[in-house]
Amino acid sequence: MKQSPQFAQINRECVACGCCEAVCPKDAVHIILGITAQVDKEKCVGCRKCAKECPADVITMVQRRAVV
Amino acid sequence: MKKKKWYDYLWIAELLYLALGLTNILFAWLGMLFFSIPLLISLFGGGKAYCNRYCGRGQLIGILGGKLKLSRNAPPPKFLRSRWFRYGFLAFFMSMFFLMLFSTYQVFAGAPLQETVTLLWVFKLPWQWTQVDMVAPWFAQFAFGFFGVMLTSTVLELITMVLFRPKSWCVYCPMGTMTQGICKLKHGKEFKAYGRTSQDDCGASEASGQ
Ligand code: SF4
Ligand code: SF4
Ligand code: SF4
Repeated sequence: MKQSPQFAQINRECVACGCCEAVCPKDAVHIILGITAQVDKEKCVGCRKCAKECPADVITMVQRRAVV
Repeated sequence: MKKKKWYDYLWIAELLYLALGLTNILFAWLGMLFFSIPLLISLFGGGKAYCNRYCGRGQLIGILGGKLKLSRNAPPPKFLRSRWFRYGFLAFFMSMFFLMLFSTYQVFAGAPLQETVTLLWVFKLPWQWTQVDMVAPWFAQFAFGFFGVMLTSTVLELITMVLFRPKSWCVYCPMGTMTQGICKLKHGKEFKAYGRTSQDDCGASEASGQ
């Protein structure tokens, strides 16, 4: 399956509120141990829904490496 | 669309709480549930399940700011998510909470009951329309104090909802900060180990920094 050119990445200031998890259409982001959200970049399709929802504005989109 | 679960309707409980508290201040005591359940969940290994699923307050601002579009939907200023602000606000909020407990103790010790609700820590709203004679004065005093705490957080939550993203309150909500802090203390080591094994596979938090 062709992967999206981007995936979401979450920085250290995540407050683990879970808003991203609630809106992700691909079930690609989860809260880990109540500490931070973490994205499964295999599942992420780079739709940015989580980034638009994040109240702390800590999600950035990063380019996938050209060679895997 | 994700299928709705029973807990997606807990925002109704939040509205009901505010309505009951406005009708009779003694219902403010029910708010202790919103205070203790998140802490118990995170202390007993449930992580931030309260914030992530069961918080009616968070859901309510999500609906008002998201579905009803009562939010500018702008990213909040960076300081709001900074550690010093979040933990500083928690410390301030808890100090005010303990002051409120102290006034309850003073009434228990014989001081007169103050039938006011303090909003935003300074504005004393007269609140004489409820009958509180049937309970001990200290019991009523706690209700007045606690409802002030709940109304204050509701006002702050609505202001930040309008100004920034719908759930911006969740960035510095004292309960959210406390539960995340508990999780960090409880699972910090496990998390570091997890981070080491999963960072290469997932868009991991540690990797990005800033
Ligand atoms: S929405 Fe933002 S702050 Fe909340 S859990 Fe997701 S990344 Fe973290
Ligand atoms: S970018 Fe889209 S698919 Fe990827 S984690 Fe965010 S919401 Fe999910
Ligand atoms: S951060 Fe506060 S308001 Fe937001 S979901 Fe958690 S407990 Fe509720």
